[in-house]
Amino acid sequence: MIAIPFLSKRHPSFQGGVHPDPQKELTEHKPIEFLPVPQELIVPVQQHLGRPGKNVLNHNKTPLIAGELIAEPQGVVSAAIHTPVSGSSGLCSHVTLPNGIHVEAVAVQSNAENLQGRALFDELLGGEWPKSDFERFVRREEIPELVRKAGIVGQGGATFPTAVKLTPNPQKPCDLLLLNGAECEPYLTADHRLMIEAPDAIVCGALIAALSAGCKRIVLGIEDNKPEALHSMQRACSGTPIEIVQVRAKYPQGGEKHLIRVIFHRVVPTCALPLDVGVVVLNVATAAMVAAAVIRKKPLTHRVMTVSGHGVVTPKNVFAPVGVSHRRLIDFCGGLTPDAARVISGGPMMGFAVGDLDSPVTKGTSGITVLTKSDLLHQRQTACIRCGRCIEVCPLHLMPQKIGLAARNRAWDLAQSFQAQACIECGCCAYSCPAALPLVQLIRLAKAALRARSTK
Amino acid sequence: MTQQTPSEPLLQVAPSPHLHASHLSTQRVMLDVLIALIPVCAVSCWVFRWYALKQLVLCELTALLTETLCAALRRRKSPVWDLSASVTAVLLALSLPWNAPAYIAIIATVVAIGLGKAAFGGLGFNLFNPAMVGRAFVMLSFAREMGASGYVAQVPGLDVISQATPLTAAKQYVAALASGATVADSVQTAFQNIPPLSDLFLGIANGSLGETSVGAICLGGLYLCIRKTIAREIPVCMLLTAAAMLGLMQLLGFTDDGFGALHHLGSGALFLGAFFIATDPVTSPLTRRGRCIFAAGLGALICLFRALSSYPEGVMFAVLFMNAMVPLINRYTIRKPIGGPVPGSAASPKA
Ligand code: SF4
Ligand code: SF4
Repeated sequence: MIAIPFLSKRHPSFQGGVHPDPQKELTEHKPIEFLPVPQELIVPVQQHLGRPGKNVLNHNKTPLIAGELIAEPQGVVSAAIHTPVSGSSGLCSHVTLPNGIHVEAVAVQSNAENLQGRALFDELLGGEWPKSDFERFVRREEIPELVRKAGIVGQGGATFPTAVKLTPNPQKPCDLLLLNGAECEPYLTADHRLMIEAPDAIVCGALIAALSAGCKRIVLGIEDNKPEALHSMQRACSGTPIEIVQVRAKYPQGGEKHLIRVIFHRVVPTCALPLDVGVVVLNVATAAMVAAAVIRKKPLTHRVMTVSGHGVVTPKNVFAPVGVSHRRLIDFCGGLTPDAARVISGGPMMGFAVGDLDSPVTKGTSGITVLTKSDLLHQRQTACIRCGRCIEVCPLHLMPQKIGLAARNRAWDLAQSFQAQACIECGCCAYSCPAALPLVQLIRLAKAALRARSTK
Repeated sequence: MTQQTPSEPLLQVAPSPHLHASHLSTQRVMLDVLIALIPVCAVSCWVFRWYALKQLVLCELTALLTETLCAALRRRKSPVWDLSASVTAVLLALSLPWNAPAYIAIIATVVAIGLGKAAFGGLGFNLFNPAMVGRAFVMLSFAREMGASGYVAQVPGLDVISQATPLTAAKQYVAALASGATVADSVQTAFQNIPPLSDLFLGIANGSLGETSVGAICLGGLYLCIRKTIAREIPVCMLLTAAAMLGLMQLLGFTDDGFGALHHLGSGALFLGAFFIATDPVTSPLTRRGRCIFAAGLGALICLFRALSSYPEGVMFAVLFMNAMVPLINRYTIRKPIGGPVPGSAASPKA
């Protein structure tokens, strides 16, 4: 394709990035469906970045009611965990999550007294939401504590505890709130559907978050391939100070660093957080959950996930409790097709391959992508032909080829001098490498080696 | 955990990203270059008939053999499937004079693949463009066969090749001036030999196999640019620099060879070099900024060589010279991370 920038007005974007086939048409027009209450859930006590929660159940077979605390946060960067369903706690054991974390988990047997289906969704996110005068519901300084108690973490995948972002910090005041509705990973449409089906909750949550963190300006960033969500959000935002900015559909547009650069023209320093440049970033799903926590006092126990890919029989957007197994969700979508070859927790660019289908989904699981054999090209690896494509597509302007080759030769100093630790592992470089080199894997190796060396 | 039902497909695990651009592989990149060379080969086969065909086939076969042999010496499987040897062979064949003897074509190819590529460790490790290494070798070793006379011969049915190549004609004009012939005389000889621009574009002018038709080269080059197989900044920068320099030189009366800037642009291997030779990924810089510097340097050098050196053509030496500069360019065009360097890391990378 030849792009003619003078003739076609295009939405703003960052430099670099790639255009994998979005495949959103598989699920983007499918309304959210509701998973029936599963018999058993396995709820890990760590579903977030930071320290694991501390199990507060003192013995097995404790009767539980939906939303009851299972694990309390330990420290600031940690999150509370609640049971999504009523029932009784079973054995505590350990599970390995797809991202490699091996952690204690509580099994929960559900009973018959559970609200389910649309009724549950409406109770959490549906119905009317206030868009001003929040003092009627809550005092401003209570908001972070409510969010913390509800165990809310970023739902885009990073699972950073949201309460930390919403606590005003006099040293680093935040003046901007970025509502991230870009959802740039191929296949995933969960945020997209949520923006269509629960826009008011998102708006309410964003306003509450801005109030708490002291942000003056709120901007919703949305990719220009989601007109339906755009209209829905425009309607919901009318009468509120929220601005909507369309950004070009491109991977990884939804990475917070790029989005901040594109929308606010601020540069987040390497290895720093958006908070360091005065920006709070909330994923749209997180914002909706903030609203549920503050206005309706509901903990984060359920979320919308996209189960998609050509390896599942009927791809769907599913509203399901965290702790349900990948297998249960896939079965709800008709099961795997015979040529399914890889199940991924998350999207295909940054998600983790699932080895054990019985492992649970967590608060950060935005979807399950099942790829088929034909999606996974087995290209023959050649030597690097030094074409520079990896460098051109890197959204952070790193030198993946240099880091990769340094890592291959175990030259950690060299890898460090090419700023290996700055990499966000977005995968653009490996995606476009004609030599099919495992660049991201090599860079991860370098990062791990450098981390090990610096803690020694 | 629960038993897997026997019908459940086997699942693999692997690190992310799980997708790969289906249109990007080394083989595909090389195949694209070969496709883009089809018009050029077609025109040269039309102009030079069997001479062109013979040369192409000869170089191609020699290249595949040499590549396999070199790999066997290193106890590797033959890498001919990646098509990079084929690209080298076609480019080499296209840059030889049409009636170069068979042994020259063979020697050039063996040197190109063996010394130009395999000796460095194969694809991706060579410093110099293999095709240009091969051509330089035979150019220096067999100066007579490769010189101006290599292009001229009387063959019934082929008019084009009884003329001197355009660039040689220009050099002859200057030489004639210097040797004291009257200006009128030399203008006349030169004008007989300098083809009109339209001929240069269509390819009915004498030259190496592949440098005859600017039109065919641009067609292939356009394909490569649209498919994003080559870095577009290389031909753009190189041709713009060359055009600017040639224009300037003409204005200043520096090149009084009876040859306009447009003629200079359209003749010889300038376009072939810009689209096909300088764009070799292995021997051009990694970053876009580096490639612009590289290409501008190439354009300038070619013009200098044309004006000052005793060889009529400058592309080959310019490419080899700039290839040698690539590690240096790479070293000074390392991109800085957007958010600044990692806190506490060494500030200056060593390439
Ligand atoms: S080096 Fe890291 S940040 Fe850059 S493209 Fe590769 S994975 Fe993405
Ligand atoms: S994209 Fe692959 S082949 Fe090209 S320079 Fe980077 S590592 Fe080398």
